[in-house]
Amino acid sequence: MQDVLEGRVWTLGRDVDTDQIISGKYLTIIDPDELKKHVFEIALPEFAKQARPGDILVAGENFGSGSSREHAPQAMRAIGVGAVVADSFARIFFRNAINLGIPTIEAPGVRALFERGDTARIEMRAGRISNLRSGASVAFPPLPSHLLDLLEAGGLVEKVRRELAARKGREASPA
Amino acid sequence: MTPPGEATGHGSTLAEKVLARAAGLDRVVPGQIVDGAVDLAMMHEQGAQTVLPFHQMGAEKVWDPDRVVIALDHWVPASTEGAAVLHRILRKFAAEVGLPHFYDVGNHGICHQILAENGWVVPGDLAVGTDSHTNMLGAMGAVATGVGPTEMAAVLALGRLWLKVPPTIRVRVKGSLGRGVTAKDLVLRVLREVRTTGAQYRAVEYSGPTIEQLSMPERFTICNMTTEMGAKTGMVAPDSTTFDYLAKIAKHPMHPLQPDADARYERTIDLDVDGMPPMVACPYSPDNVRPLPEVAREHIRVDQAFLGSCTNARIEDLREGAALIRGQRIAPGVRMIVSPASTPIFEQCLREGIIETFTDAGAVFTNSSCSACFGGNMGILAPDEVCASSSNRNFPGRMGPKEARIYLMSPGAVVASAIRGEITDPRELL
Ligand code: SF4
Repeated sequence: MQDVLEGRVWTLGRDVDTDQIISGKYLTIIDPDELKKHVFEIALPEFAKQARPGDILVAGENFGSGSSREHAPQAMRAIGVGAVVADSFARIFFRNAINLGIPTIEAPGVRALFERGDTARIEMRAGRISNLRSGASVAFPPLPSHLLDLLEAGGLVEKVRRELAARKGREASPA
Repeated sequence: MTPPGEATGHGSTLAEKVLARAAGLDRVVPGQIVDGAVDLAMMHEQGAQTVLPFHQMGAEKVWDPDRVVIALDHWVPASTEGAAVLHRILRKFAAEVGLPHFYDVGNHGICHQILAENGWVVPGDLAVGTDSHTNMLGAMGAVATGVGPTEMAAVLALGRLWLKVPPTIRVRVKGSLGRGVTAKDLVLRVLREVRTTGAQYRAVEYSGPTIEQLSMPERFTICNMTTEMGAKTGMVAPDSTTFDYLAKIAKHPMHPLQPDADARYERTIDLDVDGMPPMVACPYSPDNVRPLPEVAREHIRVDQAFLGSCTNARIEDLREGAALIRGQRIAPGVRMIVSPASTPIFEQCLREGIIETFTDAGAVFTNSSCSACFGGNMGILAPDEVCASSSNRNFPGRMGPKEARIYLMSPGAVVASAIRGEITDPRELL
C-alpha cells in the first residue's frame, strides 16, 4: 500500500447495501473475475464496464450495509479499485475490505466534496482526502496502526501466513 | 432518552464483560482493540470462500474442530450448479481437516437456528459466523457477530479475532405486548427509533421487564433484527429463561455474565409497549416502520406471502400462523410460501398437523432453508410485485428485482395478509 493514493472518482449515494453491490443471484459465483462483471449492477450499472484499476469509490453514509458477503469487496478488488472512501461504513464491509487489502477510509463529510470524474488524492497516514479539481479537502482519523500493518502486508491472508510461518520456525528451532 | 454522550456510570456493560472474558482481561473500555479467543465459529455456504484463504495462509489444521459448525441453508437442496459446487467444497474441506459438526442436506436448517436449538452458543461466549445475522445468538448473553470468509479463515487457523470494543446502546422496554402484537413488532418499533445506521459499530443491550418476560424464541427474533440497526451485536443478559432453554443442550460450559448496575451506556432508549399496535417495515428499508393499522388502510395488494427466515420461522411462529389460517383459504392470486427454520421444526410441524393446515389453505410448505428470504433460491418476485414477509430485509433487490416491494411484519400479519390478499392487521382475524 502506498501512503499517497490518487485516482479517478466514482460517486455513490447513501445506504448502498450489499444487495445493491452484488445481488443475491450471483452469490454462488466464487471466481472474482466472474463476479466483477456484476458489481454495482443495481447501484451503478456502468461501473463494471468502465472502471479502471486505481479508481476510487466515494460513497455516502452506511456503505456496504446488509449481509456479510465478501463478494462485494472481492469484486472491487478484482477490478482493482484503488480505495473506498465513505461518510461511514457498515462494520462487516469495512472489515472485509481491509482484510482483502483494499484501503478503506471513513471520512465523514467526504461525499459532499466530490463529483463523478474528479480526481481524489488520499494521504493515508496524514489523514487527508483532497479533490484535485476543486481544491476542497477533508481530514479523517488515520487508521489504527494494526490496520495499517494489515494493509501494508497486503491483507489478512498474508499477515496470518507470516504469523503461522514464524510459529513454525519457532517450533522447529531447538529450545 | 439519555442525550448522546451522557455518562451514566463507571461499570461495564454486558458486551464489555464478554469481550474482557474473551480477551483474558479484567476490564475493557469502548474503543479499545482486543484480541479475543473465539468460543464458536459457524459457516454456511459462504464458508466455501474460506477454504482458499485458509490454504493460502499455510494453515494445516483447525484450531478446535469441536468449536466449528457448518450448516447448509441458502440453497438446500442445491438449486443451482454453483450452489452444488459450494456444498461440495465444504464437504471436502470438512473431511480433509476433520470437522465433524456438519449439518448437511437432510439434517439441515438455517445456520443461526442450528446454533440456537443445539446449544452451540452459551452465555459468555464470543461467537462468529459467516453471516450477518449471527447477531441472533446474542440472545444467549453472548457476543455473536458476523465476519467475512477471509476473516473466518484466520479464525479457523488461530482461534482468535481482533475486535474493537463497541460502545453500548441500552434499550429498556416496559409494558405488555397486546393480543396479536409480537416480539417482531417490538423490534420493528426499536428500528424506527434507532434506524439502520443508529447502532453502527455498537452493541445493543435489551433489558427491562418486557424483555425479561420474553421466551428465548422471541429474544432470538429481537437480537436477529439488531443486525438491521448496523450493530456489532444485540444481546440479552442471561437469566432463568436462558438457563432452562440451554439446560439439556449446552455444548460447552457457560460463563454467565451480567452488566454492572452502574454500567456506562452511550445512550438509553426507553420504550413502553403498552397499547402499541403491530408494526410493519415498508419498502425499501427495515427502518421505514409504520403502525400496521395505518398501512392496512391503504389496501395494498399482496402477490406473495412468505412465512420463513431466521427471524420468524420457529415452531412458535408457525403455530401462530397455523392457528390463524386453520380452516381458511388464502386469497385468490396470492402465493404463500411457508419454510420452517430447521429440520426438527419441520418434523414438529408434521407431528402437529401444521403442514396440512397450511397446504389445505393453499400454501406451499417447503423444507427448511432460507427459502425466499434472499432472492437467490426460490420464491423470487417479478418487478412489480408485492411480498408480505416475516423476514428481516426489504432493501431493493432483496427478493430479486429492485422494483419489487417487500413489507416486513410478524408471522400472524403475514398469514392475515395472505388470507385477505392485502396487507392486514392480524388482530382483525383474532
Ligand atoms: S434466512 Fe435470510 S436473513 Fe436469515 S440467514 Fe438466511 S438469507 Fe440470511
